[in-house]
Amino acid sequence: MRARHQRMIFIGAVGLAMVAAAGLAYKAFKTNLLYYYSPSQVLAGEAPVERRFRLGGLVVEGSFERVTGTLTARFLVTDLKSEVEVEYNKTFPNLFQEGKGVVAHGTLAADGRFVADTILAKHDENYTAPEVLESLAGSEAWAEE
Amino acid sequence: MSMERTKAWRYAIPAAVLAVLAAFFFRGLQLDPAYNESPLVCQAAPEFSLPDLADPSRRVSRADFAGRTVLLNVWNSWCAPCREEHPFLLELARIGVPIYGINWDDDRDKALAWLNEVGDPFVASAVDEVGDVAIAYGVYGYPETFLINPEGTILVKHFGPLTPEIWAGKMAPAMEAECAVD
Amino acid sequence: MIPELGQFALVLAVCLSLCQAALPLAGSFTGRTDLMLLARPAAAGQFVFVGLAFAILAYAFLTDDFSVLFVAQNSNSVLPTVYKFTAVWGGHEGSLLLWSLMLASWTLAVAFASRSQPLEFTSRVLGVLGIVSAGILLFTLLTSNPFTRLLPYPVDGVDLNPLLQDPGMVIHPPMLYLGYVGMAVPFAFAVAALLAGRLDRNWARWTRPWTIGAWLFLTCGIALGSWWAYYEVGWGGWWFWDPVENASFLPWLMATALVHSLAVTERRGIFKSWTVLLAISAFTLSLLGTFLVRSGVIQSIHSFANDPARGLFILGLLLLISGGAFVLYAFRAASLESEGGFHPVSRESFLLANNVLLVVATVLILLGTLYPLFIDALNLPEVSIGEPYFNFVFLLPMLPLGALLGYGMHAAWQKMSGMVLLRQLLWPLVLSVALALVLPFIFFGTNSFMTVVGLAAGIWVALSSLVMPLGRALNSDAVRLTRAQWGMCIAHLGVGLFIIAATVTSGYSVEQDVAARVGQRWQLAGYELEFRDLRQIEGQNFTADEAEFEVRKDGRYVAALRPQRRDYPVREVVMTESAIDATAFRDVLIALSDSVGDGAWAVHARYKPLVRFIWIACVIMALGGLLAATDSRYMRPKELRAGVKPAVGVPLEEGGR
Repeated sequence: MRARHQRMIFIGAVGLAMVAAAGLAYKAFKTNLLYYYSPSQVLAGEAPVERRFRLGGLVVEGSFERVTGTLTARFLVTDLKSEVEVEYNKTFPNLFQEGKGVVAHGTLAADGRFVADTILAKHDENYTAPEVLESLAGSEAWAEE
Repeated sequence: MSMERTKAWRYAIPAAVLAVLAAFFFRGLQLDPAYNESPLVCQAAPEFSLPDLADPSRRVSRADFAGRTVLLNVWNSWCAPCREEHPFLLELARIGVPIYGINWDDDRDKALAWLNEVGDPFVASAVDEVGDVAIAYGVYGYPETFLINPEGTILVKHFGPLTPEIWAGKMAPAMEAECAVD
Repeated sequence: MIPELGQFALVLAVCLSLCQAALPLAGSFTGRTDLMLLARPAAAGQFVFVGLAFAILAYAFLTDDFSVLFVAQNSNSVLPTVYKFTAVWGGHEGSLLLWSLMLASWTLAVAFASRSQPLEFTSRVLGVLGIVSAGILLFTLLTSNPFTRLLPYPVDGVDLNPLLQDPGMVIHPPMLYLGYVGMAVPFAFAVAALLAGRLDRNWARWTRPWTIGAWLFLTCGIALGSWWAYYEVGWGGWWFWDPVENASFLPWLMATALVHSLAVTERRGIFKSWTVLLAISAFTLSLLGTFLVRSGVIQSIHSFANDPARGLFILGLLLLISGGAFVLYAFRAASLESEGGFHPVSRESFLLANNVLLVVATVLILLGTLYPLFIDALNLPEVSIGEPYFNFVFLLPMLPLGALLGYGMHAAWQKMSGMVLLRQLLWPLVLSVALALVLPFIFFGTNSFMTVVGLAAGIWVALSSLVMPLGRALNSDAVRLTRAQWGMCIAHLGVGLFIIAATVTSGYSVEQDVAARVGQRWQLAGYELEFRDLRQIEGQNFTADEAEFEVRKDGRYVAALRPQRRDYPVREVVMTESAIDATAFRDVLIALSDSVGDGAWAVHARYKPLVRFIWIACVIMALGGLLAATDSRYMRPKELRAGVKPAVGVPLEEGGR
């Protein structure tokens, strides 16, 4: 019966390890889920305050400014309905440009600015992040002439 | 006997998993904006007013083509499929179809030079510098062509080069019938 | 005229692949030898015409034939010649042709190497490979024809994406595709076994070298991709868990599990249906990867132009090929009988643990990769999964795997005493823990729990891989190692080195973002960087700002680095070319970004210790694989004659480890 005992303990230990591993994996999963929000959603208060999330839209032309001589830069992101200010203080990816699509990862500061830790820009000439495209296509930006 | 049966069904699990995955992928493809006709079909074509390519002091706007059935074509001078559809656009212009262009993501001089070289099928081309008109029209890429009726409703939105088959198969029938979403 | 010939060659290739698919399989079920004999010539013919089509496309690029749409979209007259050639696979249509060429090459190799095998088996294998070829070739011809004309043709093309104008671009896709596509071979063997309703140890012996071959190319391909991303995309990262990277890594994990599972099936005749399942899954993941990259369902920096119609076609192929195989598995797997059992402490159980852990990692990574897609399909708010998730779920099974690996290599088949095993490997265990605690202090001055664990695992695996070679070196009376055993030791040594390198690089890299002016100096991890100059230069198809940096250590000159910020006028794109000073033991990387005003520039600098070893380790792994695949027992075709089922317990000859 010793062998059977050993086997039961072995299986029990492995089972426990697997449950623990599954729990840890689940936790890792939840903490790394990044949700996407458009500027309008952010201004409407739908975006989380403490959690990291993705903010996407177009970079407003003429809104990009640097604190001269430093790496800190600010620009506005729009979905043609509302704008959010984004602050970023690292090197920008090559494809980042005013008037083009952008996705930023980061958190909201208390004053409503979005402090980004990652900036992703367009990948090729035919690419706009799909969620950016969707949120922009739905906006009614056109007043009657 | 039942032991074999209970053992046997678990061999079907991989096939079942694949089937579920495939269902999700199929759905994912359907949701692709290029796959689905855009929500703009059967909606009013968004207003715009942009500088004319040939003469920036003049403007091209949606009001210009009210009262007629027109094609609105989003193009630029360097996208290869735009060049592919160009001869057909010239054909359509020759038989009297009014085509308005939106020049997007391009350099004005290059665009004008190219039209000079290959021919200009457009009644007028507007330059969309910022790109927000293209976005408002839900443009997915270039070239993209919209069929707009005299009341200003978008009847057909076609992404990719315009070919005689698309013209005859999708656009011409849409002009006769009531606006319908696929 | 010539591109039309290319298209015609494609059509012929499709016809031949359809013949190759249908006729030999039909022959194998009806016993008609004449049909079965068609397999080899059909495969050869398909290879010739796919090769011809590929050559013609390359010719179109090299002669600047912009009347071909694909050439106009991916090339330009000022493009350097070598990149005109590599542009053949720089876009969707051409890369599919490369896929087909690789598949045709593998098929041809199998066709010729299998002359000593029973005709029925070979015709089924080639038939299945024919089905896959036909599917991909039809996909190419019908939805992604690289020979489509563009008329009126432009004077000049658009240009190859600057990211792809690079030496790494020359080798990475062909290597990767060789591996990716090579998984079709064990897949075909598995399906052939299911069709026959039986599978013996000789089947495993026959399948194993092909699997290792595809695996080693895949290893090289992934390593090349990582290396290329490191210096081309810049910023010093070497793995991003990008969906397309995952698409190539998932088949690799499955292939690794398969190689080990085949070892058990070959030696002991067990794990049969499991091996077959792995073989089918590995290729399924390859096809899935192809789908993910080309259909547009997942957006990524690697994605080719999205086209949902193409996505549908590939999905259909996936369902037909993989779905068909899994359904066949559902019906036939039960008839594959095991030839024995095994004791809890035995090589079999270690290899089982290897498989379980690898599959767990695969499933979790697949889940993370596909989850955003599922969410999207269910119309829920868009999500993305951050990198830390992938790092965590990969490490979670890999650490126990590393721990078990050392023991597994030395465990005897069938049954072994656990105590003997522990005692045999006591010194490597103690040494690895001791070194893991001490070495970081010596080199870097600090320690952390994760780095100690990682280092211990890596050193442990490396040392235990050396036990057998060392034993042989120290005792010339000991039995000589077979090539397969050398292969095993070297491949696992590579794994150990990889773990060490990845741990050190992840734990001790230093990253800086600085706004610097000419003349400024600062410290980076013990090195002194000086921004000496900034100038404008012109390249063949770009203009650039080039910065000059001098790197010194303890006052002594180390290197001059010249990062560039390039402007490609035709594509209207800006790219950073980072400058790297690389030695075997560390990299110092500097990238130049935008001007930030006031005479200052955004500069990104990184110190990456042992990063080169990551790729060196992968090459060592692949080398081990090469040795293992070319072991003498695979090279003697007579031995591999299938159909004779050896009695259980009959020892295979020396070298059958």
